[in-house]
Amino acid sequence: MITDIVSWIAVGLILATTTTILINRDWRVSLGALALQYLAAFWLVTRHLPFAMGSAKLIAGWMVVAALGMTRLGLTNLEHEEDAFWPRGQWFTAILMGIVALITAGSTPRIEAAIPGLGLPVIAGGILLVGAGVVHLGVTSDLLRVTLGLLTMLAGFEVLYAAVESSILVTGFLAIINLGLGISGSYLLIAGSSPLETEEEI
Amino acid sequence: MSAPILWIAIPFIMGVFILFFLRERFSALIGGVTAGILALAALVFPIDTALLLGLISLKIAPSIQFFGRSFELNTADGPLLAIVYGLSALWFLGTEASGTSNRFASLGLMIIALLTASIAVEPFLYAALLLEMAAMLAIPLLVPPYQKPGRGAVRFLIYQTLAMPFILFSGWMLAGVEASPGDLSTTTQAGTMLGLGFAFLLAVFPLYNWIPMLMEESSPYVTGFLLWALPTFTVIFALGFLDRYAWLRTSSQLSNAIQFAGVLMVASGGIFASLQRHIGRILGYAAIAETGLLILVMGLRSSEIVTITFLTLIPRGLELTIWALALSIIKRKAYSLRFNELQGLARSYPVAVAALILAHLSMTGFPLLAGFPPRLAIWQALAGQSLVTSFWVFFGMLGLLVAAIRTLAVFVMANEDKKWSVNESWVQVTMLGLGVIGLFILGIFPQALHPLLANLPSLFEHLVP
Repeated sequence: MITDIVSWIAVGLILATTTTILINRDWRVSLGALALQYLAAFWLVTRHLPFAMGSAKLIAGWMVVAALGMTRLGLTNLEHEEDAFWPRGQWFTAILMGIVALITAGSTPRIEAAIPGLGLPVIAGGILLVGAGVVHLGVTSDLLRVTLGLLTMLAGFEVLYAAVESSILVTGFLAIINLGLGISGSYLLIAGSSPLETEEEI
Repeated sequence: MSAPILWIAIPFIMGVFILFFLRERFSALIGGVTAGILALAALVFPIDTALLLGLISLKIAPSIQFFGRSFELNTADGPLLAIVYGLSALWFLGTEASGTSNRFASLGLMIIALLTASIAVEPFLYAALLLEMAAMLAIPLLVPPYQKPGRGAVRFLIYQTLAMPFILFSGWMLAGVEASPGDLSTTTQAGTMLGLGFAFLLAVFPLYNWIPMLMEESSPYVTGFLLWALPTFTVIFALGFLDRYAWLRTSSQLSNAIQFAGVLMVASGGIFASLQRHIGRILGYAAIAETGLLILVMGLRSSEIVTITFLTLIPRGLELTIWALALSIIKRKAYSLRFNELQGLARSYPVAVAALILAHLSMTGFPLLAGFPPRLAIWQALAGQSLVTSFWVFFGMLGLLVAAIRTLAVFVMANEDKKWSVNESWVQVTMLGLGVIGLFILGIFPQALHPLLANLPSLFEHLVP
């Protein structure tokens, strides 16, 4: 019973963090929300995976947050690039997130009926994350935000996939992919800000 | 020694070693030689067969356990490994001639190792994870440290990442479909998921917009390498799906859908190529059309699917290598690669221009060139099934031919008093010359490929009757 309550709290936390990442423009707040999001995802993952495997995902996620944070912190003179997507108001993204929440509420019981045993909170958390990630990818072209969108989408997938696949190899590979996405995102953020290295690279 | 260590771990470690410890000028050579040796080893040493060398008995074990799962390369994988590493050696040895960043050989070797792991991993479904890792490794190649990332690289990363969840979920659902084949709803869902996953991976229409973008914003040689490597292994992965799941092989709706996607790519790729004014983008659209052909072959209701696929894959690797190398050489002179900067370049870069045009013509299926025999086989199989499909494929190829003629016209558009001169270096001339000879050999004597192709169908035993 208590486990279920905590699971639903984790779902609530996911809704709050994904909305924050989507709406808030401050990168520090977004990365903080991402760290919390990984904590909630960790709880949902451990509904089906052993604690140690869940911890691997959590640690990998936090390492990604640290890598992105350190990179962004080093970019002091980064020009603020306005997203070209229209409309870009906070209300618009909030409405999009509302639509994702509605879709989640509608589809969760149906998925539970089709695939029994996953658990309602796990399905709801997973779909919220995937939906928020996809929405994020759709409304931004900013590199940090694209990375956040991909990581959010991937976290949702991991929550759902943990319920059907418990292989250590898959968990390891997914952790590597999370780290790889974080590092790729960091690399793309700093690319172009460093001077030309050698003539041969022209 | 086991095969996965030899053809996956060693090249990956070599890639890391070259990246961090080797002087830049040697990296391409060492990378190329490593790939060449691995290709030769795949040809000479059969996997899982004892060989007596003097007093020493040598046997390469086929599999290795890793975190409870196995990586397996069997005897039938030998020719495939030889093809893949042989073509990779060509790409890496061309690094110097193309003037590409020296990280190319090291990261390229790591990418090829990961892609090889994708055909070796069991359950084969996990290949989606390895393909994603390979795609992420390509990012530093596509975006040099001094260049701001463009939209193409970001879209490439997004699309490759989106593909993985779809494929992994569809694989899990397909197991359910096999258990209860009558469940139409699960079958439809699994098929849709699988289709979306491969649509992202193979850049099926309209998800291929990142390819021309990348051709404009990144090094043509690096992008060409990715356009060769990723679809090649993805096609092998897709054939694995068709081989494992009976209902995928027998479903006529799925076969039609695959054919439709392939034809759409061939026709749109050809038409868009004919309308471009940027020779890099033309290469991008030609690669799209070629991938479309491979998809089309997978949708054929024929017992020759595997043979035709591999017959298409080998010349494709050679064509893309030559084309991308020639583009890289030309790009040093005309950075934007737009038509207005290329006028008359045939007189100052005759070898590069000739190689580029021949590679282009080969991709259109021009007789005597490497692309002709596989296209002939495709036409033969296709004409018996649907004349409408054949027409659209012809239309796409015609578009590519128009693009080739337009490119040639621009290259030779020079003042009559302009002198002919060869500005390519001897390394560039040698690489391009060997490549062009290869195009003619594969075009005139396609049976030269027979020793490599003979055993490949046994990789997919259910697809071959």
